[in-house]
Amino acid sequence: MRALELPIDFKPIRGAMPAHHATTGAGQLRELCDQARSKGARLVALWGSDETSRSEGYALHLALALPSGLLWLTVPLAPDQPRYPDIADIYPDANRMQRATADLLGIRPDGNADRRKWLRHGAWPEDAFPLRKNFDAARRFDPGPDRYPFVKVEGEGVHEIPVGPVHAGTIEPGHFRFSIVGEKILKLEERLGYKHKGIEKLFEAKTLEEGAKLAGRLSGDTTVAYAWAYAMAVEGATGTEPPPRALALRGVLLELERIANHLGDLGYLGNDVALSFGFFQFWRLKEDLLRLNAELFGHRYLMDAIVPGGVATDLLPPQAGLLLERLEAIGREVATLRSIYDEHAGAQDRFIMTGQVLPELAARMGLTGFAGRASGVKHDLRVDYPVPPYKQLDPRMASHTRGDVAARVSVRFDELLESMRLVRALVQQLPPGEVRAPLAPAKPGARAVGWIEGWRGEILVVLETAEANRIHRLHPHDPSWQNWPLLERAVMGNIVPDFPLINKSFNLSYSGHDL
Amino acid sequence: MYQLLKQIAKTGIVTEPAPHPDAALRAVEQRLGEAILKHFGRSLAIRHVDAGSCNGCELEIHAMNGPHYNLERIGIKFVASPRHADMLLVTGPVSRNMEVALKRTWEATPDPKLVVAIGDCGCTGGIFGESYASCGRVSNVIPVDVAVPGCPPAPTAIMQGILTAISSGERR
Repeated sequence: MRALELPIDFKPIRGAMPAHHATTGAGQLRELCDQARSKGARLVALWGSDETSRSEGYALHLALALPSGLLWLTVPLAPDQPRYPDIADIYPDANRMQRATADLLGIRPDGNADRRKWLRHGAWPEDAFPLRKNFDAARRFDPGPDRYPFVKVEGEGVHEIPVGPVHAGTIEPGHFRFSIVGEKILKLEERLGYKHKGIEKLFEAKTLEEGAKLAGRLSGDTTVAYAWAYAMAVEGATGTEPPPRALALRGVLLELERIANHLGDLGYLGNDVALSFGFFQFWRLKEDLLRLNAELFGHRYLMDAIVPGGVATDLLPPQAGLLLERLEAIGREVATLRSIYDEHAGAQDRFIMTGQVLPELAARMGLTGFAGRASGVKHDLRVDYPVPPYKQLDPRMASHTRGDVAARVSVRFDELLESMRLVRALVQQLPPGEVRAPLAPAKPGARAVGWIEGWRGEILVVLETAEANRIHRLHPHDPSWQNWPLLERAVMGNIVPDFPLINKSFNLSYSGHDL
Repeated sequence: MYQLLKQIAKTGIVTEPAPHPDAALRAVEQRLGEAILKHFGRSLAIRHVDAGSCNGCELEIHAMNGPHYNLERIGIKFVASPRHADMLLVTGPVSRNMEVALKRTWEATPDPKLVVAIGDCGCTGGIFGESYASCGRVSNVIPVDVAVPGCPPAPTAIMQGILTAISSGERR
C-alpha cells in the first residue's frame, strides 16, 4: 500500500488510532523527512533499538504525524557502524532525541549534528550503552566526570545564574543556565537528564501485563494518559478490543486528569504574580476533585485505573450522579475565578506579552499540546483523529495566537471547561456492559502504538513485542521533549523574576522526559 | 475587587485539623534532644529534594500547602535553600544522576538536621529499584529518620511523617 502523503510502501498497524509502519534506507531518510515536512507532518518522536538479537544490527525509528495518521518509520542500521543522516535541520525537535539515542544506544547522526551528550551524566561511561541488549541493567559504574559544554555568552555586563538541579521550590530537578544582563535574560540553556531511572530498560524485563504499572509512573501528573497509551499499544499488539463502556470511562478519567492539572497550574499562575488568592481558591477546588477521584475511583490521581483490556474500576449510577453534581459545582467556581483573573489588572499586566512564543516559531520548532494551541499550532488528537470515545462528542479545540502566558492561561481555562462538558456527555451516555476484556497473547515481533492527547500534549507509546508476551522495545514519548526547547526561546528578553511564571505556564515534565 | 472579596467571604475557612505523629513511621530512634524538638515543633524549615521521583509525590507536597492542609499554620514552611533548612523532605528513588546533588544538599544542611523519605520509591526504591541508573531508596545515599510509604502518600500521611520526625517517640 502507498500512503497518501508520502511515496513509500507501508503496512497498517492494528490498533485504535490510525497508524502505519514503513521501512526506509538511511540514504532516503532526509528526502522523506523533507517531503513529510512540506506536507505539514509533525515529528512526534525519534528513538532507536538494538536488533542484534535478531541479527539485524540496529534501527532508528521516527514517528511522524500525518493527516492520515501516525507513520512509524524504521531505518535499519549496520551493526558495526550504526549511523544515519542528521535530520535536526529539518525537524529542530529531533536534536535532543538524536542525542539521547546516541547516549542510550550508540546510534549516531552524521553531518553537522549536535554531538553533545544529553541524558548521560556521570552514571555510565561514554562507551557503554544501556539500551543495548548485551548491557546488564544491574551493572553499576563508578561515577565519572560530568563535563557539559554550555554555550557561553560574553559581553560587557553579562553574567550567568546557574540554577539547579535542586531548585528553590518544590520542583523536579534540572539545571537552568541563565545568561543575563541586569535583570534581562539574554539566553537560557537547559540541561536535563537528572531523573534518568532506566525506565526503558526496565520495560524490557517485563511482560505486557506487568508493564502497565510502570507506564502509570512515567510522569505522575500524566498517569492516566500514559496508562491509556500503554493499554492502547498492548491492545493493538494482542488484538484486544476494550469494551465500549471501558472506553467511555477512560475518556472520563483522562478529562478528570486534565481538569485537575489545569486547576493546580491556574492556582500557581496566580501565586506567581502575587495573587495568592488564586492559589488558595484553585487548590481548594483541585483538592475537592482529588478527593472525589479517590472516592469514586480509589486513587487521588487515578493511578492504575486504566489497565490493558479496559479499566479496573466502574462508575455506578449513584456515583455518576455524584460526579456530575460535584463537577458542576467546581465549574461554577471556575467561571467566577476566571472573571476575577480576567479583571485583575495586576495579574493581567504580568500575564500579557510575557513569555511569548509566536506562531511561526512554534510551528517551526514543533511546539505541541495546549502550549502549541496557545501559539496557533492547532492540533489536538481528540479532534484530529476522532476515535471512540471522542468520536461522538465533537470535542472543541481551544486555541489562541498570541502565545504568551495570558494565551496559555486562556487556553487552559477553555480546555478545563470543555473537559467538564466532555465528562458530562460521557457519563450521561455511558454504554452498558463489561469494563474489561481478557487479553489475547501477543505474537512476537508485533508492532503497536498508543497515542493519547494528555493534558500537556500528545503522549505516544510505541511497542514491539518479544517472545512469551514480553517487551522487545518500548519507547514512551512525552510532549515535554518538544516543548522544553521552546521554553528557552519563550524567556528570551524577559526579566529573571518572570521565569517562574513562564515556566509554570508550560509546566513541563522532567520525569517523562528523562525516563 | 468586590467579586474577589465576596469569593473569600463565601469560601470561609476550609482548613482541617492536623494529624498526630505516628511512631511506626520511624526508621531510626529519635536522635534529637527535647530542647531541640521543642524549637522544631514551633518552627520547622523544610527543603524539598526531588531525587528522581515520577513527580507524583510532588503533587501531594504541593497539596499540603493548599488550604485544606495549610502546613504553614503549624509553623512548618518550605525554604529555598538547604542552608536555611532543618529538614530534608526527599522524594523518589535516588537516580544515579542525582546522587551527588542529594549528598551535597544534605551536607549543606546545618546540623542538627532531619531527613524524611517520601513515597514507596523513597522507602524501598519502589517500582524503579536499583540499577545502572537508580541507587534505590533514599537511605542508600543519606541517613533517613522517617520514611512515609504510599504511591503517592496522601498529604495527611506526609504531614504525619514530618510531625513524627520532630516528636520524641519510640522506634517501631
